[in-house]
Amino acid sequence: MLLIVCPYCGKRPELEFTYGGEAHLTRPERPAELDDQTWTDFLYMRTNLKGLYAERWRHARGCGRFFNALRDTTTDHFLATYKTGTPRPDLPVTASTAGSRK
Amino acid sequence: MSSENTHGAPSNGPGAGHGTASGHATAVHHASDGHDAVHHAPQRSHDGNLRVANGGRIDRSRALQFTFDGRHYTGFAGDTLASALLANGVHLVGRSFKYHRPRGILAAGSEEPSALVTVSRDAYRVTPNLRATQVELYDGLTAISQNRWPSLQRDVGRVNDLLSPFFPAGFYYKTFMWPKKAWHSLYEPFIRRAAGLGEAPTLPDPDRYAQRYAHCDVLVVGSGPAGIAAALAAADAGARVMLCDESTEFGGSLLGDVAARIDGETGTDWVAKSIATLQANPRVTLLPRTTAFGYFPHNLIGLNERLTDHLPAPAVGQTRERLWQVRATSVVLAAGAIERPLVFPGNDRPGIMLAGAAQIYLNRYGVQVGTRVVIVTAADGAYQTALDLQASGVTVLAIADVRAAAGGPLPTAARRAGIDVLTGSTVLGTEGDLRVNHIALGKVKDGVVSPGQTFDCDAVLMSGGFTPAVHLFSQSRGKLDWSDHLKSFVPGRSAENERSAGACRGVFGLAEALSDGTAAGAAAAPGPSRLTRQFAVDVEICGDDAYLGALPAPTTKPKYKSFVDWQHDVTVKDLNLATREGFQSIEHVKRYTTTGMATDQGKTSNLNAMAIVAQKLDIALPKVGLTTFRMPYTPVSFGSFAGISRGDLFDPVRTTPTHEWATAKGAVFENVGLWKRARYFPRGSEDMHAAVARECVAVRNACGIFDASTLGKIEVVGADAAEFMNRLYINSWTNLGVGRSRYGILCRDDGFIYDDGVVARIAPDRFHVTTTTGGAPRVLAMMEDYRQTEWPDLKVWLTSTTEQWSVIAVQGPNSRQVLEGLVEGIDLSAAAMPHMSVVKGRICGVPTLLFRVSFTGELGFEVNVPADYGAAVWEAIYAAGQKHGMVEYGTETMHVLRAEKGYIIVGQDTDGTVTPDDGGLTWAIGKTKADFVGKRSLERPSMKAANRKQLVGLRTKDPKVVLDEGAQVAAKAGQTPPMELIGHVTSSYASSVLGYSIALALVAGGRARMGQTLYIPMPNGDLEVEVTAPVFYDPTGARING
Repeated sequence: MLLIVCPYCGKRPELEFTYGGEAHLTRPERPAELDDQTWTDFLYMRTNLKGLYAERWRHARGCGRFFNALRDTTTDHFLATYKTGTPRPDLPVTASTAGSRK
Repeated sequence: MSSENTHGAPSNGPGAGHGTASGHATAVHHASDGHDAVHHAPQRSHDGNLRVANGGRIDRSRALQFTFDGRHYTGFAGDTLASALLANGVHLVGRSFKYHRPRGILAAGSEEPSALVTVSRDAYRVTPNLRATQVELYDGLTAISQNRWPSLQRDVGRVNDLLSPFFPAGFYYKTFMWPKKAWHSLYEPFIRRAAGLGEAPTLPDPDRYAQRYAHCDVLVVGSGPAGIAAALAAADAGARVMLCDESTEFGGSLLGDVAARIDGETGTDWVAKSIATLQANPRVTLLPRTTAFGYFPHNLIGLNERLTDHLPAPAVGQTRERLWQVRATSVVLAAGAIERPLVFPGNDRPGIMLAGAAQIYLNRYGVQVGTRVVIVTAADGAYQTALDLQASGVTVLAIADVRAAAGGPLPTAARRAGIDVLTGSTVLGTEGDLRVNHIALGKVKDGVVSPGQTFDCDAVLMSGGFTPAVHLFSQSRGKLDWSDHLKSFVPGRSAENERSAGACRGVFGLAEALSDGTAAGAAAAPGPSRLTRQFAVDVEICGDDAYLGALPAPTTKPKYKSFVDWQHDVTVKDLNLATREGFQSIEHVKRYTTTGMATDQGKTSNLNAMAIVAQKLDIALPKVGLTTFRMPYTPVSFGSFAGISRGDLFDPVRTTPTHEWATAKGAVFENVGLWKRARYFPRGSEDMHAAVARECVAVRNACGIFDASTLGKIEVVGADAAEFMNRLYINSWTNLGVGRSRYGILCRDDGFIYDDGVVARIAPDRFHVTTTTGGAPRVLAMMEDYRQTEWPDLKVWLTSTTEQWSVIAVQGPNSRQVLEGLVEGIDLSAAAMPHMSVVKGRICGVPTLLFRVSFTGELGFEVNVPADYGAAVWEAIYAAGQKHGMVEYGTETMHVLRAEKGYIIVGQDTDGTVTPDDGGLTWAIGKTKADFVGKRSLERPSMKAANRKQLVGLRTKDPKVVLDEGAQVAAKAGQTPPMELIGHVTSSYASSVLGYSIALALVAGGRARMGQTLYIPMPNGDLEVEVTAPVFYDPTGARING
């Protein structure tokens, strides 16, 4: 079971969290103005990186807050968690965290 | 100590003829157990006197009686079942998985592949497939052997061994292919009966199991020299330490080592002193009989602690096993190493075992595993076994060393002790049916094998060196490196805060293991160590030689099988066949031959199997690949995982405030998520059909009362509440007045219906949103997602109020009359309180939020009262309703009534591919809104296609026929598979009110098919149906507005 650091509550076991998919995707302001392909890309296309991946988590069985996390998908290690709306931390990319679309 | 104890009770009779293989079979009748059994004439050496007079960790003053296959034996406190059987001369303890070959005890620990037994206390407490090497003896223990019939000595399944040419690797795949139908009826049941080991118990497990969570700074797994040294070093640094070991006693390899001296003391004395030091430290937790079975991410380790299996009579209610989930800041793995068997023809007979195991049986349990032994080895360690055995009086006939030369201190000592050392040896074969009685050695020179000496013996001890136990390290996702020198995989880069120490990382020497453990423990502890312990060690150097794969064999076909995997009966021949048939990856070879796939997970076999495959393919071993080490390390009982989550505690149950009332009324309940909901209320001898028919008619003609408390309820509050609802739901909310409600639909951004429910505006800044029963958590989660991450600027707050309100639906033409006498200050008239209105007031003296709303199509109300008042208000309404013909009804009637009106149930009539338009709900969409969640997707061409599946009604030609929900819909009659299908039935009921059956269905282009005849293909032919509008009852809605 993973340990995840909620930016509001601290370190908690994975059971308290739900996964929220890729982070830093903003719903378009005016979807009606988008063509079908752009809208489809927003809806369905994800980078699905192998390596360092920014994703959303929610402390659903805790404070209820959504937040973002940087997780290395090859090791399951969380390298950082941060509040929604704040920029992605600039972490040094190591060999194991160099993202590749594989 | 009495001699009687060492010899076993006289009533045991000749005892242990089992293991001998002299061939002089005589029938011996045992009055004590009533079984006829054939036993071989005992040799003098097998009369039970295989226990040495002194030494070991057993208590010779405490004799314990036990039975194995119904025969009585005696052992001592401190014995395992295996050591006690061996002390009685019993080597034959089981039959193998596939060929039913007689099998003995190979090892002395958890790696044992062969000696699997069933131990039972009573009919309920039966545990199969226990390793006899780990079963602690207690007085009265009852064990039986497995996979044999009618008896272990004479086993009918043995014929499989003679037929073995017909059972090569992949036999099932090749043989049971035809005819196809016979697989389920004939082959599979037969194979399942023929194969396998112990039988799973069928009665419920009456024992208690506990679970515990713990945190520590340093978890040390394994209590051999490295583990104890690590625990001492970490404790010295002030760390919170947990030390666990799968064995009864701490000490690991030191418990079987009488030669070593640490700081001038024997190994066991040093262990006792060290454990006492740890025990005195309040920051140290010691867990014996505790297996670390799984290494989970972020240093979560699963431990299984066995608390009562060693007790003769556990107290009633005493916890049998405890599952620990330990979150350790750092972990020290000191799991030790597993001795590697040698692979040669006939290497699986009872009496052939690992040399290190024989040493443990002698030094820890005081048991000689034979009287005349031959040792076959590729490493120096077995020489210590030879010396120990010889010192105890065992005749060591020879040490056949596979190596061309053996010149270390131990071989030198063995030669000096007069033991014949034959270097450059191999094994050509062994003899002995139920126990080995002969071994034929071979000589290897320049790669050519020629016959060597032969010996009559009663035990063959083998050693191919040691394999580091890297299982937990590998489970932690650490990277394994191949060591050519050690001929083993060793821990490489760690993935967690974890260190391996001692033999489990290939550090085999005692002095080296102690200092390795000390370093690991000190490094794992958060603070600097206050002490730097150093240990003065006196022990012979063993070296770290090891052997891989099959021993050299002559080119002629061997007479006997060479086993690689004892538990799954995989031989060298099977592995060679697999490579010949084209399998190259060890993962494929493993699945084809099943090598390493038994309950022991190939602890003794995997590396030999890989080496044989690599050699056959002529590639380096690491290139063959490495199979995955999976948890659990050794099997863990289901009870331990289940803990208290069984019976009533298996899953939480949610009940409504009227649950007790409904139970008293004889309601039949159904599970809806975690909720218990009354499904129907049978009266007299009514079945569900009759009860539902009566309930439906009563609601339509008079009135009914229904508990709708399980509906999800969310309060959406704030200055921007209406804006929030506008953005989220497809409906428009701006113009919904206070005191009014509306049927709302929630889509996801993909445009498909996600949930629905009535939404009331109870203040300008406050909405009372209801959701489906099952959908409440996910709707709230979706609302929170948008609120927090997309529109954080909106002033809106969300609160789940599902459990705060009890919701009492009062439905039917008489419902107004029923409520009129109960409400205070509420005008229920149609003019004052029209359909879809909501008022705050009081009922029966308590506050209420009263909805005029209907999910039945009748005049109806939903009385919301604080949950604590739910039962009382319900009973008051029910009492008042009696003179108006009120009945209580359940979810089944609710379903029929709503289907008669064509109201959908999200999740039943929708399935995640249904748009609002597909469901006939376009009217609900707020037409003037620029955007809402899902709107853009609804504009995509495919979402507007005319042939999308649309909700329609179906009426069967035969009004009595009720369609199956989920049945397919076809446009053409008389099709055979593959059929062209255009939809499916989503809801179907017999309508007692209408007098015919009704169904809802999703049908391609359904709304353009009104009046068409379609076909429901069923096993007995097509059922004809007519497409109708989904509203069957009161299509104008006159009744609902009454």
